[in-house]
Amino acid sequence: MARTARSWPAAWFLAPAVLLVGALVLYPIGQTVWWSFHDATGRGAVGGANYADVVTTPRIRQALFNNAVWILVAPNLVTAAGLLVAVLAQRVRRAAAVRVVLFMPMAISLVSAGITFRLVYDESPDRGVVNAVVVGVHDAFVPPAPYPGARARDGQGLVAGGGAVQTGRTVAAGETVLLPLLGLEPDRLPPTARPAPAPAPGAGIGGVVWSDFTAAGGRPGVIDPGELGLPQVEVEILRDGAVVARTRTAGDGTFRLPQLTGQGYVVRLTAANFTEPFAGLTWLGPALVTPAMIGVYIWVWAGFAMVLISVGSAAIPKETVEAARVDGAGDWQILRKVTVPLMRPVIVLVLLTLTVNVLKVFDLVLVVAPESAQGPASVLALEMWRSSFGDIGRASALGVLLLVLALPGVLFNVHRLRRSER
Amino acid sequence: MRAARAVAAGLCAALLLAGCDAAEGPAKPFAGQSLDVAGTWTGAEQANFERVLRAFGDRTGARVRYTSGGGDLGVLVSGQVAAGVPFDVAMIPQPGVIARYAASGAAKPITGSAAEAVRTHFSPQWQRFGSVGDRLYGVYFKAANKSVIWYRGDAFTAAGVTPPATLDDLTTVSQTLVDAGTTAMAVPGADGWPLTDWFENLFLQLAGADAYDRLAARQLPWTDPAVVDTLRAMGRYWAAPRFLQGGPAGALQTTFTRSVADVFGQRPRAGMLYEGDFVTTEIARLGRYRIGDGARYFAWPSVDGTGGAIVAGGDAAVAFTDRPVTMALMAYLASPEAAAIMARRGGFLSVNLGLDAAVYPDATTRALAESLQRATTVRFDLSDMTPAGFGGGNGASMWRLLQEFLAAPGTDPATVAARLETAAAIAYGGA
Repeated sequence: MARTARSWPAAWFLAPAVLLVGALVLYPIGQTVWWSFHDATGRGAVGGANYADVVTTPRIRQALFNNAVWILVAPNLVTAAGLLVAVLAQRVRRAAAVRVVLFMPMAISLVSAGITFRLVYDESPDRGVVNAVVVGVHDAFVPPAPYPGARARDGQGLVAGGGAVQTGRTVAAGETVLLPLLGLEPDRLPPTARPAPAPAPGAGIGGVVWSDFTAAGGRPGVIDPGELGLPQVEVEILRDGAVVARTRTAGDGTFRLPQLTGQGYVVRLTAANFTEPFAGLTWLGPALVTPAMIGVYIWVWAGFAMVLISVGSAAIPKETVEAARVDGAGDWQILRKVTVPLMRPVIVLVLLTLTVNVLKVFDLVLVVAPESAQGPASVLALEMWRSSFGDIGRASALGVLLLVLALPGVLFNVHRLRRSER
Repeated sequence: MRAARAVAAGLCAALLLAGCDAAEGPAKPFAGQSLDVAGTWTGAEQANFERVLRAFGDRTGARVRYTSGGGDLGVLVSGQVAAGVPFDVAMIPQPGVIARYAASGAAKPITGSAAEAVRTHFSPQWQRFGSVGDRLYGVYFKAANKSVIWYRGDAFTAAGVTPPATLDDLTTVSQTLVDAGTTAMAVPGADGWPLTDWFENLFLQLAGADAYDRLAARQLPWTDPAVVDTLRAMGRYWAAPRFLQGGPAGALQTTFTRSVADVFGQRPRAGMLYEGDFVTTEIARLGRYRIGDGARYFAWPSVDGTGGAIVAGGDAAVAFTDRPVTMALMAYLASPEAAAIMARRGGFLSVNLGLDAAVYPDATTRALAESLQRATTVRFDLSDMTPAGFGGGNGASMWRLLQEFLAAPGTDPATVAARLETAAAIAYGGA
């Protein structure tokens, strides 16, 4: 009797909370589960068809796969980055300032971060800073070709193969070969380029390489007045398939190799002249979009992991670390054998929180992935959102799936919380 | 003079419900009533449209509030409809969506003076676009001409070419541009809808208006040889070396605004850009090329150079309530006067027959508007007439399949057509 009497006030105090949880958590979950067994309009029952649909639709399977990648990679990397920074930040002066800077991305919403990184990852090196760096480094080692994308004019006895351009017939000493090229942007020609001269006879093998394009009245294969010769084109002379001589064209596009005699030569402009410039990587294309987005996620969340881990590491008794040091342990050993084991609870907490958080990643994908890569980049939450406007049944099934996937992490956290209360 | 009378007529139409008696002076029949209007327009367009609505409010006393749904207008409108508090009027750009609301009874047919205003000021063609069955639901307040290709005058001069009239010429011009060192065309493949516009224009030219109508009405399967031929022509153009800025892979990373910058930006690369009249706003914003001077357009080329067939788009005002004040607003939106307020500020085409073309701010806009009125054949954007899951929204199957085709333009067009047919079967089956 006494028990009941005492539990009445408790029930009254609990009522608002129960009502709130019921209306805002339990009822929606129940309704979602109910809908997940119904059709697109939410009226006709369809049994488990929505769930079958979820596992058989290629697009959703792709989303499931991406979610798996996210869960396996993102929380671990974020935690590792946080741990690393937390440990290193202890060593520097003004550690607090460093922490604040690293924590700052947390203050930015994922959507804003996504929009920023959409620019950072832009494919064009003119706009995207990542590709600008990649291309800069690449071009420092492999200089770009002088005439990317240029091609031989058709019907002038030249054949293309393997990116190179060469004469279709053999030439003999004393000839001057005409090598007309097309597809050259006038503004991008080297400043040293001078008008190509009429082919002049001479000893050995000579030739003219020029831009054979005049807007009006240009004759194909003929050096019209004003058409520029192409300097610094790499020329190879072959005989029976073997290179016998090499040279580069002069400022007016001419070259001459007087030492060559006889006949049976083939003149070739090497592929190195025409290689397309290295344009960096398509970060937001189907192949790299998920890793690129995980990069953004790490940038945003590493600060969170760092702060929690810093707090955890502050709780490690100094004596323990000193004892280890006296025993001759190095920094790395201390980190692995002392710090990390002692901070295990904090690290596990960070990992789990991030896992649940990663499961519902959505805004980042919506903002960062271009429309054309939304399929390859998709995740469950995004598919749920997309489905919800046309097919409430399927969207609900996806929602239930997300809930089920998130439950282990949530339950573990609850369990830990209870244990620490005791 | 004619214009003035038309304006007066429009005013009358708007005020008919309250009685249009000049002697009575400015009556305010709807004082104290309020209206909610939704549309896709944001930024400058929103400001201009709000000006139009304010003029209605000044005249009738009604308070009109505009809400912008941006690209998610469909979500906004369907949400409000489902919640039982629909907007009074929504400016909907897709006939497919209008048909859906008409079928469910959420949209209200236009009646009375509003219907009369539409009949007076719009050609039968545009009335049909706004009708479902034989009932009128939509007033095409804004129209778009989607059959123009923009080009950079300096690139054409440097290559010594003139605007092409036939599809073969288009290929020749593109090749000549490439020979001169300029990429031929910028294609915003990162967005899906420009690719559907490519398909529609090419299909209208190659297969003709009848086939277009039948495809839109789902009487022609997507596996039809005419569709396959169109896809083949499209794939061939996309796959040609240096025809697309950045190649097909680069095009897939190019958004709409980027594509405009690729042609008309500070560092122009490509010579041509296929997109509708609405590109002008973006070109003006970039500021390097002037519309009509450095940035010009030609009509989408045809098979034999005859021209005159246009793919059009537009935003239609659709009523979701049938209060008198709603219908008065519909009548007002059908009036040349309302159109003139927005047309005067640029970036806007109207198909209102009563509108005096002199109000357009520049010759290019005027010419674009007149081409819409003069066209012998006008067809509405096909993808907008299909169910939203197929042709009308992010992630829609037609958008996605065409993007996949752009990613691999060498794909057998018959395979692409078969995929489109499968997707259409699902989308129409579920609708």
